[in-house]
Amino acid sequence: MKQKRLGVVMGISLFLLVGCMLTSLAFGAKYIEWKEVIFALFHIEDTSFASLVVRERIPRTIFCLIAGASLGVSGAIMQAITRNPIADPSILGVNTGASLFVVAGITFVQISSANQYIWLALLGAGITAIFVYGIASIGSGGTTPIKLALAGAATSAALSSLISAMTLPRTDVMNAYRFWQVGSVSGATWEGIRAVLPFIMVGIIISLLCIPALDILALGDEVATGLGVNTGIIRLIGACAGVLLCGAITALAGPIGFVGLMIPHTMRLIVGPNMRRIMPMSAIGGAILLLVADIIGRVVGSPSELEVGIITAFLGAPILIVIARKAKVRAL
Amino acid sequence: MITKEHSFLREGYSKRRRRMVIVTMGLLLLTLILSITMLLYGNTRYSVDTVVHVLLGKDIKGATFAIGSVRLPRMLIGLLVGMAFGMAGNTFQTILRNPLASPDIIGVTSGASVAAVYCILMLKLSGNIVSIVSLVAGIAVAILIYLLSGRGSFSGGRLILVGIGMQAMLSSVISFLLLRANQYDVAGAMRWLSGSLNGAQMKNVPRLVYVVLGIGSILLILTRHLHILELGEEYAIALGLNTNQTRVILIVCSVFLVAFATAVTGPIAFVAFLAGPIAKKLIGAGNPSVIAAALVGASLVLGADLIGQFAFSTRFPVGVITGIVGAPYLIILLISMNKRGVA
Repeated sequence: MKQKRLGVVMGISLFLLVGCMLTSLAFGAKYIEWKEVIFALFHIEDTSFASLVVRERIPRTIFCLIAGASLGVSGAIMQAITRNPIADPSILGVNTGASLFVVAGITFVQISSANQYIWLALLGAGITAIFVYGIASIGSGGTTPIKLALAGAATSAALSSLISAMTLPRTDVMNAYRFWQVGSVSGATWEGIRAVLPFIMVGIIISLLCIPALDILALGDEVATGLGVNTGIIRLIGACAGVLLCGAITALAGPIGFVGLMIPHTMRLIVGPNMRRIMPMSAIGGAILLLVADIIGRVVGSPSELEVGIITAFLGAPILIVIARKAKVRAL
Repeated sequence: MITKEHSFLREGYSKRRRRMVIVTMGLLLLTLILSITMLLYGNTRYSVDTVVHVLLGKDIKGATFAIGSVRLPRMLIGLLVGMAFGMAGNTFQTILRNPLASPDIIGVTSGASVAAVYCILMLKLSGNIVSIVSLVAGIAVAILIYLLSGRGSFSGGRLILVGIGMQAMLSSVISFLLLRANQYDVAGAMRWLSGSLNGAQMKNVPRLVYVVLGIGSILLILTRHLHILELGEEYAIALGLNTNQTRVILIVCSVFLVAFATAVTGPIAFVAFLAGPIAKKLIGAGNPSVIAAALVGASLVLGADLIGQFAFSTRFPVGVITGIVGAPYLIILLISMNKRGVA
């Protein structure tokens, strides 16, 4: 792919991203005129109603941006290290793992601060990811998509029943869990964003550092080893970054599925197989997707809203089906 | 020489046959014991005498209500639903030649659940109409999965992947419905979603009896076809089986069972998935497993419900118990399947 075309794609997607962010500020229970949105952004001290509404929507928009970018990168890196087209936090069961730990935290030790949520969610996400990948990689033929999907689905099912065992006897926990488990960005606050940001930064930086090694890994384990890449260590580091990114977001927003599945695939179609392009484009694409999903949710669900996790699952599951249809029988 | 070999084969055949009969009898006995225990135990324990008298129609104060209106429907529904899930799961697993391909994992149960949750929470319906709507939804989802995965030649692997995608979509719909529901209805809906016998009522029993007996006998008649399909697409065609037609009939039958059972008790986790492999292991490979799977399913539901009712300080719905019991088994199964390289 020529450098020039890449520039054009980058430019267009950044433009789209900014457009989505502005739209996200403008739409909602009350529609705010574009002029007023721009005005509010540049006049911080303004106290008109429109400006206040816009300012209320800023944390949510920023959080969508961060969450989308993290989930996109997380999906890209997980697909690269597993060399598996359907590796995605939601399919690997990582989200359910994070949920289980958070629910256990709410139930047994009454956690409530964002920081505690994050640590528990990260722990759950990491353990589940290792577990699922471990099961799927047993046996000859390595981790095929079908083995990974089944291991993920089975583990999710298993963990869900543990979650219901914990939530069913306690109505208050069930109520908190019911809103958390669909994946929603509506509760985003500056405090929450500040709490996840360090984790996200570390995750993104590790991912960026991994890029050259991931490109070599794509050539196959033998070639990569021959070229001096320690495949085991790269996989481990990559997995840490992936789990860090999606676990932190899950802690704050609940499980938002399929962003990590859809975006890297689409980006690979647009910019080719080079990780140096896929990774940043996945970040931008993920952010756009999440913003759009959030806007759709607010418009379709008006006067209240449809949670973002529901929209992404609805958009993403068909993509999984398309991938399954495309794959050759033998590759499954 | 030939006769010797022949008698050898015969001997093996009758040996397997004997094992099947013994195991089936054992399962029948187990189911019976569990059913009786369900009737005897509860808040108050009744003697066998009392139970027999109540069942024969004698009016005993307290016992008639407790047994006749609470324990008997609960037991019957647990029994029937367990059989339905067991048979349906076994059929799916055999057709798709993968123990993981049970209706609860590939999304058919979710299809039925979505419809049922919608009817119960949003339309406030109950009874027959819920069963029929979830049947239609279950069949629609099954057909959709089948069509989406059936490009070119039929592949079980692709079907499972498509099913998992479908499952994800449907569960997002369920989440949405739960969020929109009135807070007072949610606890009930959640309980229902994890599978529970708490709402068991006598009026649901006849419907389940018809479906389980009717579909069960169809599955029994088609048992030979089912086991030919298990040999694989090529062999089945070579043996003169219309594979697509047979598969569709068998799948529709199984969806019938799943949808009716789900509409009454909710999706009881893992029963459909566990019954088939357990039954196969007990009666040995190569034996027809429909009846055994039905009995294993029934024992699982009844046993789990007893544990859920009495083993802990809080009463858990049956689905939570089967889920917790089934999960480790599922993981072990996955590991051993991957080791053998089946999936």
